[in-house]
Amino acid sequence: MKRKSPYPYWFVLPAGVVFTVLFLVPTVASFWFSMTRWDLYTAEFIGFDNYTQFFKEPFLIQGLVNTLIYALATSGAKSVLGLLLAVLLTSGLWGQGFLRTVSFFPVLVSTIGVGITFAVLMHPTKGIFNLFLAQFGIIGPGWLTNPELALYSIAFVDLWKGIGLATVIYIAGLAAISQDYYEAARIDGATRLQQFWRVTVPLVRPATVTVVTLSLIGGLRSFDLIWAMTRGGPGFSSDVLASVIYKQYQAGFYGLSTAGNVILFLLIATIVLPMTWWFNRREVDL
Amino acid sequence: MKQITGAALMAAFSVVASASQADTVLSVTTDGNAETVAAMEALTAAYTAAHPDVTFEIENRPGGADGDNLVKTRLSTKEAGDILQYNSGSLFQALKPTESLADLSGIAGQANVLDSFKSVVTASDGTVRGIPFGAAMGGGIYYNKKIYAELGLSVPKTWAEFMANNEKIKAAGKVAVAQTYGDTWSSQLFVLADYYNVQAAVPAFAADYTANKAKYATSPAAMAGFQHLEDVFKAGYLNPDFGAAKFDDGVRMVATGEAAHYPMLTFALGNIKQNFAANLNDVGFFAQPGPDAAKNGLTVWMPAGLYIPAASEHQAEAKDFLSFVASVDGCNLMIKTNGATGPYLIKGCELPADVPAAVADMMPYFKAEGMTAPALEFLSPIKGPALEQITVEVGSGIRPAAEAAALYDQDVEKQAKQLGLPGWQ
Repeated sequence: MKRKSPYPYWFVLPAGVVFTVLFLVPTVASFWFSMTRWDLYTAEFIGFDNYTQFFKEPFLIQGLVNTLIYALATSGAKSVLGLLLAVLLTSGLWGQGFLRTVSFFPVLVSTIGVGITFAVLMHPTKGIFNLFLAQFGIIGPGWLTNPELALYSIAFVDLWKGIGLATVIYIAGLAAISQDYYEAARIDGATRLQQFWRVTVPLVRPATVTVVTLSLIGGLRSFDLIWAMTRGGPGFSSDVLASVIYKQYQAGFYGLSTAGNVILFLLIATIVLPMTWWFNRREVDL
Repeated sequence: MKQITGAALMAAFSVVASASQADTVLSVTTDGNAETVAAMEALTAAYTAAHPDVTFEIENRPGGADGDNLVKTRLSTKEAGDILQYNSGSLFQALKPTESLADLSGIAGQANVLDSFKSVVTASDGTVRGIPFGAAMGGGIYYNKKIYAELGLSVPKTWAEFMANNEKIKAAGKVAVAQTYGDTWSSQLFVLADYYNVQAAVPAFAADYTANKAKYATSPAAMAGFQHLEDVFKAGYLNPDFGAAKFDDGVRMVATGEAAHYPMLTFALGNIKQNFAANLNDVGFFAQPGPDAAKNGLTVWMPAGLYIPAASEHQAEAKDFLSFVASVDGCNLMIKTNGATGPYLIKGCELPADVPAAVADMMPYFKAEGMTAPALEFLSPIKGPALEQITVEVGSGIRPAAEAAALYDQDVEKQAKQLGLPGWQ
């Protein structure tokens, strides 16, 4: 029998009101507004026209592909490099505490500040990247002005900025692995590499799940860094779903951009929900 | 103790309240261009000198699409302050002026405003909702006179002559055309400033375009602007950092001779006067040439307007300030601050005799009959919001001109539907 809670239900009222007013009501309202032609003063019901229009959006497909590339590239790189960095920073290296601080520092800096700074550093003729390459007689590319390269340049900056967080999560995960496993492995004659593959990687799985989930969600809805660096440009070549939506909002197509947000919400839910379910199930199997 | 604190707070509040009744602070939002800020500072300082009880807080907003977004959001949340500087024409119409802006038909200063400006700040219900801020502008091409003199070039009357000049400039090892796609809005000029040539070839284009009967992709005259962007890129005439350079860089390049041409609106002269005063007379200006030398004329932009948000709590004070801006005194003050950048839309406001070279180049177009045409955004309420990204693509060689024009037609359709125009549903 379920024991009755000693606390009355109205204890949840303050949190419940905040949650309802700030989350539930806007969420339901956004489903309604996504089916209207809305100019913030009047909303005219137009059914699913916004959704058909959004799917006709010529840059939507490219934006969608870019979103997936960006999310997979950044979350993949963050989990692999984050783990390697965490192993390095728990190996009893000299100045380990200082190095941990250094690797975490970019996480604390404002994303917009990072974006604007790197946009200056990546300027095709006056930026420090290309001035440095010019020392060796190499003409550097237009990091942010070359349509083939812009998205990857931003992903690189995202990695630089976000890897500290992944590293910290991995360090916590590594600390939770009992030294007994390593001792047993060493007695069985396992090399350092075998210890890493057979002991560290499987047992650090909870941390991997957290890092991949967080960075994948972060990558799918990434906007601020991209907007600060290229505004989706040149042209539309580094547009992601969130920046396509934002541009509709900027142009005053409020109903259309709300429809886009509903689609983004569904997309993230369909990718992340099964993924966490799958990860969690595997964890039970172990 | 608690009561004493409460009483002290009450007293403090009442002091603040009485102070704010005596002095009005009007909050003003303008774009961040150097010449806009300079003019607004001069006007507000002069007004406060005459009315010591009214002071101003000036806030700068971004330009382009970011600025559009900010203005629309603030107007709809009733946080747009007391005075707003913003584009006239189609962008003004997109603000839903009947809901968001105060009716200025009746203010004293309106008597001085020329009808040609009133028509571009008139809301759908026939009321006038703005007054002009600044001079009428031409959209065309600035050129560096020293480079032209050095290479013995003459001002082109056709696009072919323009490209021939560019070829000679490139052969001399110089940058022929400055482009500044780091500020995406500046990429639209070759398309928008070509409108004189479009209407010379197809006089009914604006009406047909608004009625969903004429398209950029299927009207060769309208397509030409996109083609020009592509041609200039393909010929390799641009500055190497065209993708990252900004408006200020473009002004610097053409003023100091780093580049020979810069397509831009003539309001940039204010910027040259503020930042490169020594080079002011090194810069000349010509209308964007079209296919026919006999039909050479200038595409004209109306200046931005000053508006009063409907939600402002200082309507009377703000209206009195706007009447001052629309007076001959206000107009003369702007000329004194930024120099004469073009004809003003205020009756009795004459330009001085010694205008900068680029203005002297532009004035003949205004004096002759039929040598000017308004830009499309003053003839039609529809301007597609993605034009600046599309023109960056064409101008950077990412997308061919024909495909870009078709893409822009889709963008236009979206805007027309949002405006609820007849013939698009």
